[in-house]
Amino acid sequence: MFGDYSLGDLGSIFVMQGFAGLILFSVYVLMALGLAIIFGQMGVINMAHGEFMILGAYVTWMTSNLFQTYMPGLFGGYFFLAMILAFLASGALGMLVEWALIRHLYKRPLDTLLATWGLSLMLQQAYRSVFGAREVGVELPQWMLGSLQVTSSIEVPINGVFVMGLTVLITIAVAYVMFKSRWGRQVRAVVQNRIMAGAVGINTEKVDRYTFGLGCGIAGVAGSAFTMIGSTGPTSGQLYIVDTFLVVVFGGAASLLGTIASAFSISQTQSTLEFFMSGSMAKVLTLLAVVGILMLRPQGLFALKVRK
Amino acid sequence: MSDETNKGLLSPLRRKLLMGMAAVPAITMLPRNSFAQTPATSAVNTTGLAVTDTEVTVGILHSATGTMAISETGSIEAEKLAIEQINAAGGVLGRKIKFIQEDGASDWPTFAEKAKKLLVNDKVAAIMGCWTSASRKAVLPVVEQYNGMLYYPTFYEGLEQSKNVIYTGQEATQQILAGLNWIAKEKGAKTFFFIGSDYIWPRTSNKIARKHVENVLKGKVVGEEYYPLGNTQFNSVINKIKLTKPDVIFTDVVGGSNVAFYKQLKAAGIDLAKQPLLTISVTEDEIDGIGGENIAGAYACMKYFQSLDNPNNKAFVPAFKKMWGEKTVIGDVTQAAYLGPWLWKLTVEKAGSFDVDKIAAASPGVEFKGAPEGYVRIHENHHLWSKTRVGRAKLDGQFELIYETADLVEPDPFPKGYQ
Repeated sequence: MFGDYSLGDLGSIFVMQGFAGLILFSVYVLMALGLAIIFGQMGVINMAHGEFMILGAYVTWMTSNLFQTYMPGLFGGYFFLAMILAFLASGALGMLVEWALIRHLYKRPLDTLLATWGLSLMLQQAYRSVFGAREVGVELPQWMLGSLQVTSSIEVPINGVFVMGLTVLITIAVAYVMFKSRWGRQVRAVVQNRIMAGAVGINTEKVDRYTFGLGCGIAGVAGSAFTMIGSTGPTSGQLYIVDTFLVVVFGGAASLLGTIASAFSISQTQSTLEFFMSGSMAKVLTLLAVVGILMLRPQGLFALKVRK
Repeated sequence: MSDETNKGLLSPLRRKLLMGMAAVPAITMLPRNSFAQTPATSAVNTTGLAVTDTEVTVGILHSATGTMAISETGSIEAEKLAIEQINAAGGVLGRKIKFIQEDGASDWPTFAEKAKKLLVNDKVAAIMGCWTSASRKAVLPVVEQYNGMLYYPTFYEGLEQSKNVIYTGQEATQQILAGLNWIAKEKGAKTFFFIGSDYIWPRTSNKIARKHVENVLKGKVVGEEYYPLGNTQFNSVINKIKLTKPDVIFTDVVGGSNVAFYKQLKAAGIDLAKQPLLTISVTEDEIDGIGGENIAGAYACMKYFQSLDNPNNKAFVPAFKKMWGEKTVIGDVTQAAYLGPWLWKLTVEKAGSFDVDKIAAASPGVEFKGAPEGYVRIHENHHLWSKTRVGRAKLDGQFELIYETADLVEPDPFPKGYQ
C-alpha cells in the first residue's frame, strides 16, 4: 500500500498518525478519570457516567449561547468559563445523586449498576424534554478551529492539542488531590478500611459525597471538552460509556496509574490498527486483545492491594 | 371472522347515526360541498377499518424517545402538519383524519409490536412511520400479515418492494448515481474515498457507488472504510484520506458520528472548499448538530433541500415553521414524511375507497403536484419518481442548490448490474 508514496509523505503521515494516537489517548484518559475515581475508590458502577458528561456539554452549549447574545466581544474566551461551570454543574448533580440514591446502596454494589442505569435513562429523557430531541451545535471560538501547520505536510489539529493539554492538567490536579492533599489521604483511608477510617474520626459519608461529586465533575469537564470533537445530544453519552468502562476495567479498577497505562495501550493499539485496516475491524481486534489479557489477568493491568 | 362480527355490531349504530345526521340541518354539520361528496361509509370501507362517517384514523409510528428521536422528530412533525392541512382542506372523502401516535422508542421489536397494535386494535387505515431500515424490516411482516398500508419516508438501500409499503424517500440508485455523475463531470473526479457507518444502508449504498465508479465512470475507489455506529474518533481515517489524496470523499456516516467526523475533518485542516466531499447522509437536520462552519462547502446529494425555490416549497417552509417554531429546519426525510399523508389522501380519492387492497392497486400513477420538492409520482414498484439534486452546504446550515436532474429519475430498487 505504500509503494506509490514518497518517503517524505510517509514520514509526515506517521507523525500525524502518532499524534492521532496521542489525541485518542487523551480522550480516553479524560473520559475515564472521573469513572476511575468513582469505580476505583468507591466501588460504585456508575452507568450514568456518560450522562454526567453530556450535562457538561449542554452547560457549554448554554454558556456559548449566553456569550453570543450578551457578550459577543468575550466569545473567544467563553470556553474556559464553560468548563468551570460544567465541572460545578455535573459535580453538584453528582453530589445530589449520591445523597439521594447511591449512599443507600453502598452495601449492595451490584444494585448501583441497576440504579445508575435507571438514572441514565431518566437523565436522557430529561435532556430530551428540556433541550429537545435533536442534537445541538456548540459553536467554538475561531481560534479553536482548524489546524497548526507544523511543516508543509504535517498538520496538527488545534482541538487535539487543547484536549491533550487539558488532560495533562486535570491528571496532575487529580494526582495531587488524591496523593498529596489531606482530603486525598482521607479518601484513600476510606477505600482501604472504612470502619477504621470512621473510628479515627474521618467523616466517611462526607468523603463519599465529595469523591462522587469530584468524579462527576471531571466527567462534566470531559463532556465540555468533547463538544470540540463530538456531538451533543440527549443520548450522546452512550457513545462514550463502553470505551470508558473498558479503559477503567482493563487498567485495574482501583488504580489511577493503571487507568492511564490502559488508556495508552488501548488507544495506541486502536489507532495503529485503524490505519492498516478498516475501523470496525480495528475495534474488533482491540476488544479481542483486551478480553484475552483480562482472561490472563482478571484484576487488570495494575491492581492495588486492598484489605478485603 | 372478526370483520363479520364488527359489521353486525356496527351497522345498526351506523344506521342510527345516518338518520341523526339527516335530522340535523346540513349547514351545522359540514361545508355543503364536502357533505355532498361524502360517500357512505359502508361503500368506502368494506374491511372494517377505523372509518366513520366523519372521521378516519391513521397511525403515526416513529421513535419519539431513544437514539433515533434525533432524526425521527422531524418526520413526526411533518406528518402532523400534512394531516392538519388535509383536514383544513376538507379531509379525505369528506372525513377528517384523526391520528394515533405510537412510540417505537428506537427499538425494532417495539416497532413491530406497536404496528400490530395500530393495525389490530386501532384498525388504522394507514401507518405513516419507521425511519431506519431495521425498523422497517421489523414492521414489514406485520403490515403484510395484517394487510396494512405503510408510508415509509427515509432514503434507503433499496432491494425491497411490497404491496403494503409506499416508499416516499429515494432508493439508493436514485439518490447516488446522478450525484456521482455530476461530481465526476464537474470536478473531473477519478479517485474516490468511501467512508461510512457500519450497517446495511452505507454498505449497500457504497457497493452501488463502487460499481458505478468502476464500471460507468471508469474511476477508481482508493479507499473504503467503515466505522461502528456511534464512533467518535476519525483521526486515523482522516490521515488515510490525506495519504491517498482522493479527488472526492464520498460519505455515508450517520448519527452522532457525523458530528465527530466533520469536526475532526475541519480540525485536521481539510478545507472542504478545496477538497470535494459528497455526502448522502447529511441533511439540514444533521447540520444543526454539526455546525455550519464545520461542513460549509460540502456537497450533499438527495432530492430535497429547504432552500428549494419553487411555489410549493415557499408555502411549505413557512407553514412548517409556523407550526413547529422559527428555528426548526427541514431536511430531505422530513419532506418525504410530509408526502406520506398527502399521497395516501390522493390515492384514497383515486380509489374511492379506504380499503388497503384498492389503495395498493390504485397507487401506481398517483401524482402529487403540491410536493415541496416539486412534483412526484408513484411508480409501479411503489417507490416515487423524483428528481435528484446536489446542494452545497453554506455557513448558515442551509444548502445552496447546485444541480438538479432535468427529468424525474426512475426508482429502481433492484438495480441490475449493481448487486
